Amino acid sequence: MKVWAQHLLRNRRAGTLAGLFLLCALLSFLSPFFWTVSNLLNVMEQTAINAVVAVGMTFVILSGGIDLSVGSLVALSGVVMANRLMAGWPLALAVLFGLITGALAGLCSGLLITRGKLPPFIATLGMMSVARGAALLFTEGRPISGFSESLRSLSTGRVLGIPVPVLLTILLYTLAVVVLNRTRFGRYVYAIGGNEEATRLSGVAVGFHKTLVYVLSGGTAGLASVLLTARLNSAQPIAGMMYELDAIAAVVIGGTSLTGGAGTLGGTLIGALTMGVLRNGLNLLGISSFLQQIVIGMVIIIAVLVDSLVKSKRS
Amino acid sequence: MRGVRKRFPGVIALDGVDLDLRSGEVHVLLGENGAGKSTLMKILSGAQVADEGEILVDGRTVVIDSPRAARRLGISIIYQELTLVPHLSASANVFLGKEPTGPFGLLDLDLMNSKTRELLLGLGIALDPDVPVSTLGIAEQQMVEVAKALSEDARILVMDEPTSALTASEIDQLFAAIARLLERGVGIIYISHRMNEVQRIGRRVSVLRDGRRISTRAVPDVTIDELIRLMVGRSVGDHFPRHRSPPGAEVLKVDHLSRRGVLHDISFHLRRGEILGVAGLLGAGRTELARALFGADRSDGGQVAVRGRLALVRSPAEGIATGLGLLPEDRKAQGLVLCLTVRQNIALTSAKRLSRFGLVEERKEAELSQRFVDELRIKTPSIEQLTGALSGGNQQKIVLGKWLAASVDVLIMDEPTRGIDVAAKVEIYELMNRLTASGAAILMISSELPEILGMSDRILVMRAGRAVSEFTAAGADQETLLGAALGRAS
Repeated sequence: MKVWAQHLLRNRRAGTLAGLFLLCALLSFLSPFFWTVSNLLNVMEQTAINAVVAVGMTFVILSGGIDLSVGSLVALSGVVMANRLMAGWPLALAVLFGLITGALAGLCSGLLITRGKLPPFIATLGMMSVARGAALLFTEGRPISGFSESLRSLSTGRVLGIPVPVLLTILLYTLAVVVLNRTRFGRYVYAIGGNEEATRLSGVAVGFHKTLVYVLSGGTAGLASVLLTARLNSAQPIAGMMYELDAIAAVVIGGTSLTGGAGTLGGTLIGALTMGVLRNGLNLLGISSFLQQIVIGMVIIIAVLVDSLVKSKRS
Repeated sequence: MRGVRKRFPGVIALDGVDLDLRSGEVHVLLGENGAGKSTLMKILSGAQVADEGEILVDGRTVVIDSPRAARRLGISIIYQELTLVPHLSASANVFLGKEPTGPFGLLDLDLMNSKTRELLLGLGIALDPDVPVSTLGIAEQQMVEVAKALSEDARILVMDEPTSALTASEIDQLFAAIARLLERGVGIIYISHRMNEVQRIGRRVSVLRDGRRISTRAVPDVTIDELIRLMVGRSVGDHFPRHRSPPGAEVLKVDHLSRRGVLHDISFHLRRGEILGVAGLLGAGRTELARALFGADRSDGGQVAVRGRLALVRSPAEGIATGLGLLPEDRKAQGLVLCLTVRQNIALTSAKRLSRFGLVEERKEAELSQRFVDELRIKTPSIEQLTGALSGGNQQKIVLGKWLAASVDVLIMDEPTRGIDVAAKVEIYELMNRLTASGAAILMISSELPEILGMSDRILVMRAGRAVSEFTAAGADQETLLGAALGRAS
C-alpha cells in the first residue's frame, strides 16, 4: 500500500476527512449546483443542528456512556423557550431558560446513572420518553409559533457573510475543544471512558464528572433547539425525532470509540458534515428519501467497519 | 504491620501476620499461590480492610481504609495488571486526579510534561511524556506507574510480580530504576516467584504460608533450597482417596500444541482411567492449555488426537462433540448459568439429546437431572432451584453433573476444588475416582500441590507456556514439583 494511504488508515481523523473530500469531489462532478457558495452554506446550516447535538454526545460517548434522550430534549427545551418568548421574556433570557431545561433533564439522567447505578442506555431511554411526553403535555400537542423577528434573526442573520447558526457552531466547537483537551473535566472524560476503575483509584470524583457529561449533553440539546426553533419559526413538541441517532452516527463516523476513551471533537464535526453533505447531495441528485436512508446507513456501517478492520489488523 | 488478620467466607486468608519494612531496602515476599501475599498487600494499599491488626508508618498507627488514604501516607502499589488509562498520555496518567491548572482552569500541560520527563529521567529512562501509554512497551508502562507513585511522594512501594511480563533487558532496566529509588530512601516490598531475583535485589526475604509469616531472613544467609522448603512446609497429610488402577487405552494425544505467546510446543498423552495432574505457577499457561484443548481458544500449531483419531477442535461445541469436557477455573463466571435452575444447567450440555424438533423435552431433562442430583448427592431443595443460591461445593457438583450427563471421554478440570470446604472436596475426589473407573480420563489442573500429588497418576509441570517436566506420582514430592515450576535446575 502507498505510504499516504497507510497514513490515512492509521490516522482515523485524516481518513474521515479524506472521505468527506472525496464525497464533495464526486458530488461537484455529478451536480453543477453542489459546489456553489449558496449550496455549501446551505449544507453547513443544515448540519449545524446535528453538529451541536453531537458535541454533547461526543463527551457522553467518550466517557463510555450513551445519551438517547437528546432528540426529546430538543423538543422539550424548544417548547419551554417558546412559551417564555410568548410570555414576553426577552430573547436572551428565554434562550437561557431553554438551555437550563435541557441541562436539568441531563442532570436527572446523570444522577440516575451515577447514583442510581442505572446503565446509561436505560436511564436515557426513560428520559427520552419522559421528555417527549412532557413536551406534548406542555403544549397539548400543538406547535407554538408567532415569535418576534429577533428569534428569526438567529437563523437568517449573517455576520461577515456567515450565517449565524454556522458561526454559533464554530464558536461552540472551539470552546468545546478547549474544554475537552485543556481542562481537568475534559481529561477525566477521556480517563473515565478509558479505564473507570483506574481513574477512581487515582482519586478522581468519577460520579461527579460523569453526571456533568450528561448535563452538558442536555445543554447542547437545548442549544440545538434554539437553532431549530429559529429556523422553523415555530416550536414543535414532535421536533427532534431521531436526532439522537444522527448525533451518535456523527460521533461514530468521526472515529470515536463507542466503548469510550478515544476520539475527538474534530472527528465528530467531520462526521456531521459528511452526513450533511451526503443528504444534500442525494437530494440534489433527486434520489428518493427511501434510498437515502439505505445509503446513509451503509456509510455508517462502512466507516466503523473500516475502523475495526484496521484495528484488528494492527493488533 | 502487626498481627494482621483477614477472614473470607470459609477461609482465613491472613492469620496474624507481622511484617516490617525499612527505608532503602527491598523486602521480598515469597509464598505459594494462596499463601496470603496479595491479600496482605491489598490491606497495606487500602484496597481491602483487615479484620484485626494494625499498621504503623514511621512508628505511628495509621488507618488505611481506601486507596486514597494509602496514597496520602506515601504508600503506592503497582499491580501485576497495570492500572493506566490506555489512551491517555504518560504525563496525563502520572498526574491523573491531581492535574496542575493555570488561568481559567486550563491544564498546565507544559508543567505536566516537564515534571513527568524529569520523574522518568530520574528512573533512568528517556521517554516522550506526550505519547499515549498504550503505544509503550510493558516495561515503559511500568515505569510510568512508578513515576505516578513518585509524583505522590511514595516512600513505600509495593510491586506485585513486576517482572512477569518483562524481557531480560527490561528487567535490568527495572532493577536499575529500583536501585535509584533505594538511594532516595524508598522502601520496596517486592512480590515474586523468581528465586534468582530474590538474590539479585532483595535485602531481606519473608516467606508466607497458609496466611502466616513463616520466616524472615537476610538474603545472603539463606539458600534457594531453604526458601523452597519454607514455602512448601506442611506435610502431605490431607486425605486423598485415590484408587489407582492400571490405565487402559490411550484416549488423548497432544503433539506440539502451540498458541502464539501463550503455549509453546506442548506434548503429552492420556490413557483411559488415568488422572494427569498439571502443576505450575499462576500464569504458567495451565488454564490456557485447558482452553486451547477444549476449543475455547484457538491454537495455532500442533495436533490433538482423541481415541486415536485426529481431532480439529475449533470451538467448545466441537470439543464436546469430540468427547471433551471442561470444568472451568471460575465456577460462577464460566461453569454455571447462575440465574438458571439446577435442571437447566445440568441439561445444558445435552440439549440436543433432550429435545425433539427443537423443543426441549422437560420431562426427560427432569429425569436426567434428578438422577444426577441423587447420584452426586447435590444438596438442593429441588431441581428447580436457581443454582446461584447453592453453596460452592454443590455448585461444583452441578458442573460435574453437567459433564457426566454429556458422557465425556476426557474431562479437563481447572482447579476443581478451589473455594470448596473439605467435606465437599473429598466428595469431588470420589466422583473423580468413579469417572476414571468408568473409563474416562481426567486432566486436572491444580495449584494445590498436595492435591496434585494425592490424586494424579502422572504429573506434568508447566512453566512459561511450556511443559517442562513430567513425573510419576510416586516419583515426585512437593519440593521437586515446586522446583520444576520455578525453573530451578534440579
